Amino acid sequence: MLQIESRPFARDHDLFACVQCGKCTGGCPMTLKTKLNPRSLILRLLTAGDGFDLEPFPELWDCTTCSTCATRCPKQVSPMETIIGLRSAIVEKGHVHPNVKTALESTFRHGNPLSMPREQRGAWAADLGVKHYTAGTAYLYYVGCTPSYDPRGQKVAQALVALFSKGGVDFGILGNDENCCGSEVRRLGEAGLFEMVVEDNTGAYKELGVTKMFTTSPHCYNVYRNEYPKNGMQVQHYTQVLAGLVAEKKITFSGSLDKTVTYHDPCYLGKHNGIFDEPRAVLKAIPGLKLVEMDRSREKSLCCEGGGGRMWLEGTNPASRLARMRVQEAVETGAQILATACPFCVLMLDEAVKNLNLEEKIRVMDIAEMAAQAL
Amino acid sequence: MAFTPRIGVYICHCGINIAATVDVKAVAANAAGLPGVVVSREYTYMCSDPGQGLIQNDIRELNLNRVVVASCSPRMHEPTFRAAVSQVGLNPYCFEMANIREQCSWVHPAGELTTHKAMQLVASAVAKAALLQPLEQRRASVTPAALIMGGGIAGLQAALDIGEAGFEVSLVERSPALGGHVAQLHRTFPTLEATADLIQPLIDRVTQHPRIRVLTGSEVVGLGGFVGNFKVSVRQGEETSEIAVGTIVVATGFEAFDASRKPELGYGQYPQVITTADFERLSASGDLQVSGKKPQRVVFIQCVGSRDQALGNPYCSRVCCMVSAKQARLVRDLVPEAEVNVFYMDVRAYGKGFEEFYDEVRKSGVIYRRGNPSEILRRGERVVVRAEDTLLGQPVEVEADLVVLAVGMTPSRGTDVVAGLFKLARSSDGFFMEAHPKLRPVETSMAGIFLAGACQGPKDIPEAITQARAAAAAAMIPLMRGTVPVEAAISSVEEEMCAGCGQCASLCTFGALSLHPTRGVMTVNGVLCQGCGACATACPSGAISLKHFTFDQVMAQLEVVSGWAAPVAARQPREEQAIEA
Repeated sequence: MLQIESRPFARDHDLFACVQCGKCTGGCPMTLKTKLNPRSLILRLLTAGDGFDLEPFPELWDCTTCSTCATRCPKQVSPMETIIGLRSAIVEKGHVHPNVKTALESTFRHGNPLSMPREQRGAWAADLGVKHYTAGTAYLYYVGCTPSYDPRGQKVAQALVALFSKGGVDFGILGNDENCCGSEVRRLGEAGLFEMVVEDNTGAYKELGVTKMFTTSPHCYNVYRNEYPKNGMQVQHYTQVLAGLVAEKKITFSGSLDKTVTYHDPCYLGKHNGIFDEPRAVLKAIPGLKLVEMDRSREKSLCCEGGGGRMWLEGTNPASRLARMRVQEAVETGAQILATACPFCVLMLDEAVKNLNLEEKIRVMDIAEMAAQAL
Repeated sequence: MAFTPRIGVYICHCGINIAATVDVKAVAANAAGLPGVVVSREYTYMCSDPGQGLIQNDIRELNLNRVVVASCSPRMHEPTFRAAVSQVGLNPYCFEMANIREQCSWVHPAGELTTHKAMQLVASAVAKAALLQPLEQRRASVTPAALIMGGGIAGLQAALDIGEAGFEVSLVERSPALGGHVAQLHRTFPTLEATADLIQPLIDRVTQHPRIRVLTGSEVVGLGGFVGNFKVSVRQGEETSEIAVGTIVVATGFEAFDASRKPELGYGQYPQVITTADFERLSASGDLQVSGKKPQRVVFIQCVGSRDQALGNPYCSRVCCMVSAKQARLVRDLVPEAEVNVFYMDVRAYGKGFEEFYDEVRKSGVIYRRGNPSEILRRGERVVVRAEDTLLGQPVEVEADLVVLAVGMTPSRGTDVVAGLFKLARSSDGFFMEAHPKLRPVETSMAGIFLAGACQGPKDIPEAITQARAAAAAAMIPLMRGTVPVEAAISSVEEEMCAGCGQCASLCTFGALSLHPTRGVMTVNGVLCQGCGACATACPSGAISLKHFTFDQVMAQLEVVSGWAAPVAARQPREEQAIEA
């Protein structure tokens, strides 16, 4: 039994506004492969009376927090936040998947959910001569956990350093002093730890006098922009800064990339924050590159299943993967490169390409890598 | 001889609306002791015939020269009581009202403090009543003509009614043709009549009418004057002319919701996805084809751009349920072998014959599925509608050759401009706001300007016609009377004190103040002035006063309220609260 008090929960999440239209479930990508049904979940919570047992709903951990449900809802209810809230109730009772437990403990101890040592966080930049952020530096480049430790992510971070140095941007990093942003912690339902991370980071940035920041990951961008206390700090995703540099001709491409490319909108960049055009503007500026669109693009982009803590959870139906569907959609466009702008998307899609034995046909690349290659 | 006020005070119970919360007997007893009060009574309904008779009788018997009624808002019954007192010879401006319902009994709990507040409000009204001055009620003559703005079905009907009644009508239409949205429709619901049979005769009657002047391709660009004597500037091409009318009917209609604002539905992206407006054109040919083929699978989607708070359109557009039912029925006729699904959130078949029509449509083979589709994707030569069938509790994908989006109604473009020109209020949904949602549904807050049709909110054809005929009738009242009353409670300038600085004129939205060419002081145009008081507040030398709201009258009211000695028991809780806060 995983009993929660459903009445106050329904009130806090404004579930009484729900008109049971089913737009959330109709658009939810996880319904393609699991039992997750946000609409029905809301009705069950509303009609449960005082108590509601979460035990029979393991699909709560299938949600990738892509936010399709919340953006489609005509009554401004957020099924996604409802699910995060239910996860919090479960975590509060100490029922946590062992993988999640490890990730949360690692975030608490090492400042990253990947169980990596804190003193190696800045190692990726050892030979790049990137300056350490000090007061007065124009931008803080917040690298993030996956780009700091994951070999593929590191390549993206290194490409970004090359691009922004070329573009004459005054930026610094925090190296080993950088700490996890807490985005995945929050989505895994660990509200208390998230609060602590926010407090630590907010204090640190205030002390350093950070006024402008850009991030590698749309997930970090989203949490700083929408879930940290408003403190006047301007947060951008790197594609926004890059598109600006390209438009102002501060970055020009002397090389070319003679490839057909399709772009996969990351959920946390597109659906969550409405950034659709900047990544495409960068791609279109690369000489020789031909951009083609998948049918599911922009607001309809299909989630790769990497968000919402799903990097640590297989979900209830690991045999079927949205990332593989997505790669197939990309292949159908005739694209040779599947471009994206999110470290999670890169990992998920890359794995799918390998799994489908399509390495000969299509390559997954981050926009940063492509732009750096064309410099 | 010095004036001695003889005031009658009447406390209304308003059934239990006031009496259940306020001790009306105590309020009446308290008022009896106020300076100048000759008689003080309480009664169940002061607005009723016996209630009014009570006042009229006292005026005659006791020689009252001022009357105070404590009841509801003046917006509700001030005209009633003003008429009652003037019937027995008292100037209507010698009447004052205390609002002890909206401002007291409805908003406070029953108890001593609430009764105390009612006493204060009554005392304040009595203090003003003692200083009230009779004002001269004047009337202005009326230009016996009307202007109709908008040549859709509502505007056409309003123009025809007013023209038929014998008045000159100018009908101004922005587009080059009359008929509006109805002229773009193929058949009506629920009777499946050809729309052309409805609208064309109406257009013909209007264009051939001897007293109706049709100005197509024209726009209203300015408005001056006031009820009875409006001056409307109308631009037609390069030329701008001024039209003098007594009243105006606004019938500017609606705009169909722009379906591309829901990008997940692929309108404008997939040729298979169209709107209900597109369907009307498509079906008018009598041969339904999409990309050269008869569609075999057709899906209708309800509530596109309606009932959607995320878009800022929270309202129901009222017609879409029946429009889709009608079009689904037409598909069954035109392509009998086609499978037709209608996705809906709720079916609102509220009108005459609507439920019966909905029954008939289902029986004809149309399948209704509950759920509002979330997205439309491409699948081969078809599209696929992704939804949850909420009754099955299952996500579903329905392939279709044709998807029809039931687009809602939104305020027509230009509503902003018209609202600015005519100083019309708009509801939160963006449509024009009526003066009262129940009692004054065709009037606006601007005297002499009326609303007809979908410019006030989504409507079907009979509703638009009904409101048009009601607006026409209301707009004809001043035209038939020949004169309109002019507000007597207006500003006046004390010439000795006026420096002619003109600050007042810059604030006046009615253009009622101007500098006298020879005397160098400001003068008030008594017909244009609406008595808002902005000038009186702004005048740096205190030269302007607003009749019926003079400095002395308002100060007397305030002094009574601030100087009131409250019973100790009643004041106690309030002070404790203040300390806590």
